[in-house]
Amino acid sequence: MVRAESVYKTFYTTHKIEALIDVSCGVDKGEVVVIIGPSGSGKSTILRCLNMLEKADKGHIFIDGVDILDPKTNINKVREEMGMVFQSFNLFRHKTALGNLTLAQTVVRKRSKKEAQEKAMALLEKVGIPDKADSYPDNLSGGQQQRVAIARALAMDPKVMLFDEPTSALDPEMIGEVLDVMKTLALEGMTMVVVTHEMGFAREVADWVIFMDEGRIVEVGTPEHFFKNPTHDRTKLFLSQIL
Amino acid sequence: MTKGSFSLTDYLRTRGWRHISIFLFFVMIAAVVGGMYFATLKVDYIWRWYRVPQYFYYKDTIETKAEIEGEVATLVTKGDQVEVTVRGDGEEETYSVPGQSLLVNEGDFIYSGDVLGSYQKWKVGILIQGLWVTLKVSVLAVLLGIVLGLFTGLARISNNPALRWSAITYIELVRGSPLLVQIFIWYFVLGTVINNLLDQTGLGQLPPIWYGVAALAVFAGAYVAEIVRAGIQSIHRGQMEAARSLGMTYPQSMRYIILPQAFRRILPPLAGQFISLIKDSSLLGIIAIRELTKATREVVTTTLQPFELWFVAALLYLVLTFALSMFVQYLERRTAIGG
Repeated sequence: MVRAESVYKTFYTTHKIEALIDVSCGVDKGEVVVIIGPSGSGKSTILRCLNMLEKADKGHIFIDGVDILDPKTNINKVREEMGMVFQSFNLFRHKTALGNLTLAQTVVRKRSKKEAQEKAMALLEKVGIPDKADSYPDNLSGGQQQRVAIARALAMDPKVMLFDEPTSALDPEMIGEVLDVMKTLALEGMTMVVVTHEMGFAREVADWVIFMDEGRIVEVGTPEHFFKNPTHDRTKLFLSQIL
Repeated sequence: MTKGSFSLTDYLRTRGWRHISIFLFFVMIAAVVGGMYFATLKVDYIWRWYRVPQYFYYKDTIETKAEIEGEVATLVTKGDQVEVTVRGDGEEETYSVPGQSLLVNEGDFIYSGDVLGSYQKWKVGILIQGLWVTLKVSVLAVLLGIVLGLFTGLARISNNPALRWSAITYIELVRGSPLLVQIFIWYFVLGTVINNLLDQTGLGQLPPIWYGVAALAVFAGAYVAEIVRAGIQSIHRGQMEAARSLGMTYPQSMRYIILPQAFRRILPPLAGQFISLIKDSSLLGIIAIRELTKATREVVTTTLQPFELWFVAALLYLVLTFALSMFVQYLERRTAIGG
């Protein structure tokens, strides 16, 4: 479904930062992959490379068999099939919750207004806040905003969902409501790539856990393997620091 | 302090200073106006405000004159009008005159130039005409300036060097030279060239007002472009990323996500820019466009009442700019998030 092969990415700011070094990973249909690692390890970068919000310097990224790094690929078409959820929600601030959900449906998917609204209401129902349909993002709590953001991505009927630290900007008491929505999605068989610090979520939901450090993939394994007997010292150190 | 007693000190400590300040403000205004009035008395200026209204609206006498010599042959009443037929030396002419104003009878002998009838009609004066031209020029220039500024602003942040550099060149050229010089260039350089070319192709010349509108629009467009750019860049990057991640193209994201949000933020600086534009239109008098300032100058020349007229002109500009600023405030309220 999603495959990254030897992906490299370097940022040039005040100094050179090698964000990704020879990163290869993949997700099969219906799987949940959780990427963990210390900050600056490149886990968000690889996620953003998967839908070209960052353009990888080298390597191949296949989404459903299409190489998105091929200049001939229409990235907009590929992105239609991939939902993305951001750390800072990024809801459209001038639109209501309902407006956030219907806009791309009508503009990109060319659905009728009625069809889009029905779909939107069904999804707001699913994430548990149908009563907030007419609220603007500024009047929603962080947890509610993130649930709207998830529903917004789902409204496009994506084949894959990418989550970039979806709970990191939330107050602790709101993390649960967002994770619950994500767990439901995973149970329904959604293909997901999740960058997170929520080890409980990784243990419970992930099919595979990827541990990254300093731009490289250090270790890949099942949650079982990962949390019970990790092989690398770096992984052990990281887990001992956060658990 | 015992209950019930309220001394002067208490009054001053609470509302007193506020009341005194407000009172002082009005005293100051009165002093300035009064001082000016007495100063003008000292230099023997005689205020004649009663002469001003006629430049807004006046009663014009319209006379219908005979153009041939002869006898009034027939008078035929048709509704309000009377048709006077004058017949002389082998010629015949018919004039239409309003009924009550008829001055001739059947059989009268008329000389060429004689008045057959006269009536009075209200007409708009030169100041209102000038105000109208100022309004027309400003509205056209504002609309063109918005379009020009929007596209230049978008080009300014484009990744395409040709677009970006074109935008920067335009903005820097226009912002770097005085508007007065630009107006001269538009009219005396470009205008001469364009009008000559049009003449050669037999299309006729463009009136100066078009060059005036172009000069103002191009001038405002450069400033609007910078306002638009700043507005777009003030919208958080995440908004664009979210839009793109949903499969929207760059133009769609701009159209539906970024520009609507940027529009709100740029309204106040945009209002300032267009208020400037209305005032800058006063420079157009120099290329023979009779807008409000030029009209006022003409009236001053004939009446020799500069004090009243320049105050009136300033007041009329204030009416336009104040209306614009009210309109923008209304837009700001209407587009407020959640409103």
